[in-house]
Amino acid sequence: MTTAKTQTMLSARGLMKSFGAVTAADNVNIDIPTGQRVSLIGSNGAGKTTFVNMVTGYLKPDAGTIELDGQSIAGLGPRRITGLGVARSFQIPQLALDMSALDNMLVAAACNDGHQSFWRPAHASDRIDRAMAMLSKFSLEEHAHRRVSELPGGVRKLLDIAMALTGRPKLLLLDEPTSGVSVDEKFPMMDTISAALASERVTVLFVEHDMEIVTRYSDRVIAFYSGRVIADDPPSTVLDDPQVQRYVTGSIKRGH
Amino acid sequence: MTNSLKKTLLIGTALTVLFLAAGLAMPKWLLFLSTMALSHGLVSLGIVLLMRIGVVSFGQGFVFAVGGYASAMAANHLGITDAFLMVLIGGGAAVLCALPFAPLLSRYRGIFFAMLTLAISMVLYGILVKTEALGGSDGFNVSRPTLFGQSIASEQSNWLLYSVAVLVVGVLATLARIYVDSVRGLVSLAIRENELRVEYLGASVSQAVALNYLLASFMGGVGGALTLMSLGHIEPNFAYWTTSGEFVFVAILAGHHSMLAVFVGSFVVEVVRSFSNLYFPNTWQLAMGLFLLVVIRFLPLGLGSLWTNRRKKKTTGQEGGSA
Amino acid sequence: MLALTILFDGIIYASWLFIVALGLTLIFGVLKILNIAHGSFYAVGAYVTASFVSWSVGAGMSPAWSLLFMLLAALAVSLLLAPLVERLLLRSFYGRDEVLLVLVTYALFLILEDVTKLIWGAVPYYVTEPYMLFGVLDIGLMSYVGYDFVLIGFAIVCGLGVWWGLNRTRTGKIVLAVIHSNEIAASMGINVAKVCTLAFMFGIFLASLAGALTSPMISVQPGLASGVIIVSFAVVIIGGLGSIEGAAIGAVIVGLARALAVHTWPAAELFSIYIAMAIVLMFRPEGLFHRIQARKI
Repeated sequence: MTTAKTQTMLSARGLMKSFGAVTAADNVNIDIPTGQRVSLIGSNGAGKTTFVNMVTGYLKPDAGTIELDGQSIAGLGPRRITGLGVARSFQIPQLALDMSALDNMLVAAACNDGHQSFWRPAHASDRIDRAMAMLSKFSLEEHAHRRVSELPGGVRKLLDIAMALTGRPKLLLLDEPTSGVSVDEKFPMMDTISAALASERVTVLFVEHDMEIVTRYSDRVIAFYSGRVIADDPPSTVLDDPQVQRYVTGSIKRGH
Repeated sequence: MTNSLKKTLLIGTALTVLFLAAGLAMPKWLLFLSTMALSHGLVSLGIVLLMRIGVVSFGQGFVFAVGGYASAMAANHLGITDAFLMVLIGGGAAVLCALPFAPLLSRYRGIFFAMLTLAISMVLYGILVKTEALGGSDGFNVSRPTLFGQSIASEQSNWLLYSVAVLVVGVLATLARIYVDSVRGLVSLAIRENELRVEYLGASVSQAVALNYLLASFMGGVGGALTLMSLGHIEPNFAYWTTSGEFVFVAILAGHHSMLAVFVGSFVVEVVRSFSNLYFPNTWQLAMGLFLLVVIRFLPLGLGSLWTNRRKKKTTGQEGGSA
Repeated sequence: MLALTILFDGIIYASWLFIVALGLTLIFGVLKILNIAHGSFYAVGAYVTASFVSWSVGAGMSPAWSLLFMLLAALAVSLLLAPLVERLLLRSFYGRDEVLLVLVTYALFLILEDVTKLIWGAVPYYVTEPYMLFGVLDIGLMSYVGYDFVLIGFAIVCGLGVWWGLNRTRTGKIVLAVIHSNEIAASMGINVAKVCTLAFMFGIFLASLAGALTSPMISVQPGLASGVIIVSFAVVIIGGLGSIEGAAIGAVIVGLARALAVHTWPAAELFSIYIAMAIVLMFRPEGLFHRIQARKI
């Protein structure tokens, strides 16, 4: 699944999306080469989540095209897009709360398999081994048998991402991976995620509000405002851009 | 074959043999009671499968009636009287009738799923009551089934019908347990908790719901056929909403983690129904209503939680092998 | 002539059905509970009225008193039984899954089925004396019982009264706020618990009143509740849960469908209602006048 076919993993052209009077996407054009780490920034309502939602199939663009590794995906449903190699994590982790972390991972693996067995036990040792291996990539083994509802927020976010990565996607979208995580946990968390991603040649898009995270963990920053892309450059350039300073970060260059 | 599969098959076989043997020592009234408990329990087992995926059907009377009427008509009009064949016909007919509704139902949840299944069952009820060819509101009788070509002597009929029920339920409950412990079974539970995520992980939720609905339909149809054979009679009441309600009642009572609990629950209901009708008329619904309230309030996971490890706060993640 | 008969029959049936459905839809709107036991309160209203009327007729009183007894019966049920049920029973399950609450009301239905049998027995009651209170009207070639017109009038009054009460009074606006969102209402300082209790009592009042008013027209016997429940469900589903206009339109549709079937195609009498319910659920699950979003993927 991780083997990309083309050099450009994601290509969006002329994306338009409105919700009544609100323009969430206004002629968005983005090309993302395979293997790049890109962060999407912008204040709330600027259009970055709308973009992510259109890429993952939650929303259908009003106009425009989206190509994943050369294949058109605009307007397809989430399930089909996942099948083509896209995975996402959620701002509020979407997990089966009453089940254990391990069970959540087993489910993620099963869904990605494409076919689910009617009789093979869910807790067969080979499946458990594989799930535990993924959990340990994110240092989550100790939580394997605990119910998700009992796990702290930061752990849940990591689990959410681990589940998304289970399918070995070509494109991974992380929706505010460090939001709701305490300041001193943010960097260790992003380090863990980066380490886990290092072994996979995944193209990563993440939505972030924290500019320090953006600077440290992305090769490229795309800034949104009012549904338009107002900047698209390496972090240092983007954060010095006066428009970005006005519409996204405020007058603070770095910070929370 | 993995250990947990072996364990399940072993337990399933052991329980089946145990209940078959127990049947030799039971008086006729207990055999009849148990047969009814097994037949009805099967319908509730289907509902449990649906509960595991997050929906509750308030209209299993639909498949229960289809199963009963189909096997009854097979016996009366097609001369198919073998008990096991009648069971297959009941189950098969139920699945066929449920099939057109499955894609539709799979898109509903909560109250609307319940109401749509209710409406469908009441449509069937309405049709059955007014169809004179099927006996109208009185229904019609069916003579005793045969077994492997031999007719069943009335002396042995209770035990033989009981044994048929034990065998059929034994097989289906064991298969249900395997399914519940399987990969699909675990994904079903996840769908119940967070279907959005499952969809984003790449699995089709509506297909899973439709599938579980069809499995539940098969069980409901088989239950209907078994009930028909025990009663020797079929009537539209099989499809009435209060009949459906009783099956839901047992499913709630049992909870959705133990297969055995469903049949224990069904047995308890049959016993209370019989005894209260005998000694305290007009109290069994009262007792059932109160009992249901207690279970909902204090045992939210049903009776089954009393002996599976679900009751503990932390789950171990290791299931397998429980009944 | 047939058309007029069908129309009239349909409207009469729709009238008492509307009163029941109105209560059911209100309870759903405020408490978010689909009350399976609603028909049971209808039955209790009918039984209590039957007892009152039998007693009064036996004591030599004029049937004119029956109307008062009906009102008293409905009040008794809603003032004595309803608050008990809501406070002791329903409240301990608030916040739980919507289907679970339906099961709680199902348990209540089971309990009330036996309780009514234990109190009143299984023998049917016929208390037809009040039915002739308003005489018979001859319109053209047909004779109509005056009572039926009164029933229709009553239903209209109920409907308008509730609509006016909800939309034009201060109390009504408070109730509407709770219907919209009980969390927001609570944060505005509204005593949501009290509104819920009162709404439940009023809904039950309507159910038992309908039973009381209809009792002279039917035989009051076990099984009454389960029949009313299922038909009133069809009405609120068709009309839309939580909608008054929906309850009215739904009742009229169901009433006319049934009357049409009874007079032209008797075999369809029962399933016509449920086919209508199923069709609405398939194509417009929120009902014809929706207030809530159906859980449909």
